Amino acid sequence: MIHLLALRELRSLFAMPSTWLILAALQFIFAWFFLARLEAFLEIQPQLAQLANPPGVTATVAAPMFNTVALLLMMLVPMFTMRLIAEERRNQTFALLLSAPLSGCRIVLGKFLGLLVFLLLMMAGVPLMLYTLTLGTALDHGLLLSNMLGLFLLAASYVALGLYISALTTQPIIAALGAFAVLIGLWLADVGAAAENSPWHAISPLYHFQNFNNGLLDSGDAAFFVLFTAVFLLLTMKRLHNNRRYG
Amino acid sequence: MPNLTPEITLSARNLTRRFGGRQVIHQVSLQLRRGEVLGLLGHNGAGKSTTLQMLTGCLLPDDAEKNECSIDICGVDLLHHPIQAKAHIGYLPETPPLYRELSVNDYLTFAARLRGMKPAAAAGALMQTRQRCGLEEVGKKIIGTLSKGYQQRVGIAQAIIHSPAVIVLDEPTVGLDPAQIRGIRNLIRELGDAHSVILSTHLLSEVESVCDRVEIMQHGKLIYGDTSAHMQQHGSVSGFIVGLGNPPPPSVLEGIPGISDVEQISATQFRILHAPDNNPKGALLTMAEQQGWQLEQLTPLQATLEDVFVKITDTSAEGETP
Repeated sequence: MIHLLALRELRSLFAMPSTWLILAALQFIFAWFFLARLEAFLEIQPQLAQLANPPGVTATVAAPMFNTVALLLMMLVPMFTMRLIAEERRNQTFALLLSAPLSGCRIVLGKFLGLLVFLLLMMAGVPLMLYTLTLGTALDHGLLLSNMLGLFLLAASYVALGLYISALTTQPIIAALGAFAVLIGLWLADVGAAAENSPWHAISPLYHFQNFNNGLLDSGDAAFFVLFTAVFLLLTMKRLHNNRRYG
Repeated sequence: MPNLTPEITLSARNLTRRFGGRQVIHQVSLQLRRGEVLGLLGHNGAGKSTTLQMLTGCLLPDDAEKNECSIDICGVDLLHHPIQAKAHIGYLPETPPLYRELSVNDYLTFAARLRGMKPAAAAGALMQTRQRCGLEEVGKKIIGTLSKGYQQRVGIAQAIIHSPAVIVLDEPTVGLDPAQIRGIRNLIRELGDAHSVILSTHLLSEVESVCDRVEIMQHGKLIYGDTSAHMQQHGSVSGFIVGLGNPPPPSVLEGIPGISDVEQISATQFRILHAPDNNPKGALLTMAEQQGWQLEQLTPLQATLEDVFVKITDTSAEGETP
């Protein structure tokens, strides 16, 4: 059942021209950024070679690229999550799911996984581009893997948050703006807190992504993402139940 | 089935629903047997859609946890075991729940699989349902590009594709042209043979042509429930509309014995009322021939929902309170 809902999400996404347009534009941006970073790396490579322990191509090209994708996600995810529930409720297609023999939990998980798979497909271009570098040099696979894991967890947490906000309203635009505002708020909480040990850092997903970005696998960060995702998924399920009750 | 009365497929007791402080549904109870088509008749805003939403589990009745109300679908309690109960329901809401970007085949297959059908069974059901709803030609088309009538048919198709025991249709013929309406009504009649159908409408003619039984709803209450044949007696108005090419003054018409009231609608048309047991049609026709009034039209008056309401509320006020 869950995979059925997820597949339906994907099918609907890929049936819309705008999805392909966004996909194409993003691949262009990713490629452009990748080439720009690579060029910069090639320019400073002779100077790097003189250092005792120089940063490799993975740290100078791949890590900043993943960081950019993480920032872009903040804008991209609300654009897709807004449709998940708000649009279904506005188009009144949600009645099909509500009257089907499905628990609210499966509806939420189906939608969550559907969009997550789509985002992973969308971001798949990034590691693929980076792996083309193996043609000319050796890559730090550990750093790449930790970045990919971090990006995956970050995307999951954003989707869960967006899904919840989408369940709060019947206006997709409000859902998009709401999710965007919350994500920006969480980001600003991290950037704005000057003190290194300020508690504000702890609530920001992007702050927790930084360790993954630097190649540091911290179970605390992973736990944050898992909890963040789980909490918002549970809130969404609760919200769906309340919709049936309070109309 | 050895026993003669078919089993009860849907039974709702004491449904109450409040939106904020406004109570929109007052203690509605319904029962439906297999092979029965029940019409839920009422004006816009009478609470028909809300009732149907509760029957399909899209909306919970107030106090769903307490045992004051209950909805049983094929013997399964919808409020406590929603997943098992919903497998027996096919629901077409007011707005058909169509994913406009999908093709008809993809959408119907999704609907069938969503209700727990296996892929092979879903493919068979898809063929059969498309044929039933007249969707053979549009299988590969995108739903968003179809006309309103076709979209409505796709909506009905998704509700029946898994052949549920209870089919709930909320205003199934709204927005269709007359030929399509006839098609859909035939389909509903056909469905009513093997399934239970409950449909809401504000059209009397729809109830007359497809429903076995009717429940009339007003201000969130069921005010009348009977077979639709009985209801038609309530609804019959004694009168007709007559069109005369060369009409006499209305006073002459009033003079014809049996006619109780004449109302001039246009230059050549009159609305004539008479006592139910004394039809002056014959007298009028002979007069028209003798006097050269050039009869153009003679149409019996159709009862409006309003007339039925008035009669039913009148009789229930006279008799025992429902």
